[in-house]
Amino acid sequence: MSARHAVVVPAPEPRYGFPAPLFRALGRLRPPGAGRTRAWRSPLRGPWLTSAFGAVLLATMPIVILTGLLDHIAYGPQFGQARPADTGWLRLPQFDWPTRPSWIFRLTQGLHVGLGLVLIPVVLAKLWSVVPRLFAWPPVRSTAQVLERLSLLALVGGLLFEIVTGVLNIQYDYAFGFDFYTAHYWGAWVFIAGFGTHTVLKVPVMLAGLRSRSLRAELRTPLADTRPEPSDPDDPDSLVALDPAPPTTSRRGALALVGGGALFVFVLTAGQTLGGFLRPAAFLLPRGRDYGDGPNDFQVNRTPAAAGITDTMAGPGWRLSLRGGDRPVTLSAAQLAALNQHTAELPIACVEGWSTVQTWTGVRLRDLALLAGVPAPAAARVVSIERGGAFGRAWLNAGQVLDPDSLLALRVNGAALSLAHGAPARVIAPGVPGVHCTKWVGSIEFRRPW
Amino acid sequence: MIGTLRRFYGAHPLHAVAVLGGLALAGHAALATQAGPGWTRMAIWFAAALVGHDLLLFPLYATTDRLLVGAFGAGVNHVRVPLLGCALTFVLFFPGILRQGAGSYRAATGLDQSPYLARWLLLCAALFAASGLILIGRRAVRALLSP
Repeated sequence: MSARHAVVVPAPEPRYGFPAPLFRALGRLRPPGAGRTRAWRSPLRGPWLTSAFGAVLLATMPIVILTGLLDHIAYGPQFGQARPADTGWLRLPQFDWPTRPSWIFRLTQGLHVGLGLVLIPVVLAKLWSVVPRLFAWPPVRSTAQVLERLSLLALVGGLLFEIVTGVLNIQYDYAFGFDFYTAHYWGAWVFIAGFGTHTVLKVPVMLAGLRSRSLRAELRTPLADTRPEPSDPDDPDSLVALDPAPPTTSRRGALALVGGGALFVFVLTAGQTLGGFLRPAAFLLPRGRDYGDGPNDFQVNRTPAAAGITDTMAGPGWRLSLRGGDRPVTLSAAQLAALNQHTAELPIACVEGWSTVQTWTGVRLRDLALLAGVPAPAAARVVSIERGGAFGRAWLNAGQVLDPDSLLALRVNGAALSLAHGAPARVIAPGVPGVHCTKWVGSIEFRRPW
Repeated sequence: MIGTLRRFYGAHPLHAVAVLGGLALAGHAALATQAGPGWTRMAIWFAAALVGHDLLLFPLYATTDRLLVGAFGAGVNHVRVPLLGCALTFVLFFPGILRQGAGSYRAATGLDQSPYLARWLLLCAALFAASGLILIGRRAVRALLSP
């Protein structure tokens, strides 16, 4: 069974743009090894394989991009809580992050990190498939190529920067030394710029490449029948090897390897947010760890030691201060426990893409607002007794305060909150990013609508 | 007219629109980092990520693969696939494996990174073991099916 070999050749580009003598001279100064040499041996490289990887990335990268941008909005730039605080012209539309469904941030951030990780094998495969072009000679033949290579710098550099900073951040390795959120935001726009240009320029090439061979035929082609893609030996831009070695894997084997790699990454990472039986499978990630079987034995996001919280600070002397009304209201832990309690099953979902669902019991935030004398607040500012710390205080929007499941939790899974989980009281609200579910709450200020 | 522009520029004028638009956006984002601290570090990491992949990682794995094919011939996939699995997991999870960022890890989770190295080594062993089992299985099937 032979594959269809109809090659659709796109309109020929001029050989050299202005100034042609310059580019031609550059072409003559070829360093050894550069250009379409016989050094490239893989018989699998070619427009079809590249187009296949490209098609997968074209379909999935927009999801990673979109969820990433949505999560920036989830942090509440309208309160100055999102980083970078000043996004200038690249400001995203700001809206009150919703509370329903309660797993919305769990979904967007879990997808962003999860899909991002799963795509790493595909990205590496795509880069492998086009790497001969990196060493093309002359490196540029016209102004158009100069600009295109610059845009590829944004595409590949931006993507690798996002991957590196992301992978380090989710494992709490802040080796880079700059603010992760700020760098990841600007890096994202650099990548988006490169991705947009690359898509516009290459979709026709990708479609032509995909049409050049039949996927079904390739999936039926074993190793013994694997042949290099057809190419013109005089075409300096072709990805196909001039002197291909005998294949060691078929094209379907290469696709299976990349797909299998993506699945492998999924199994090793998805558990950190999906939880359940998959969590132990994430045994190389921070959030695949087992804390035990007790009511307080689940993922800790920030230890009391790191926050400078002692048992004394959280002890019987602790008071909750409710502000915003005519008079501040002060409550002790016992007084809080005497108020109407409500129980809700809610996730904590954090920026590293992990989450954990627990059952929380506490006083509804809207009941506290009522007590404070601000029955319909426009926002609330929750301040922790922690001193310093990047997230020692957080703003909640009106919807997040008034949602019936938004709690100042005192108990979790039927037992009193442990110090590690924010005792004596922590905020837990549907859809709110983990860092804004303030632990060791000291005061809540309810803002009246203006 | 378009033809002259194409010969001068090297592609259709709309190509220029696409690339210049993209470069403007990328340039704006890159310049925006200068408003805050740490922008030189960001630039260095950007360059390092590019160079790290294109001029370090790629030559490393390409050369390794060339050597593997030379050494193992037809059975190379039984070495290549588990090795790729080990390399990929190392690249993805090295902070835990090499105990990088131990302080911030403990501050965030309350645990330490000691189990990861052993777990990764066990995973690598399991990958090679599985590959070995598949190799043995294939040989057995071939022996059974041959006359």
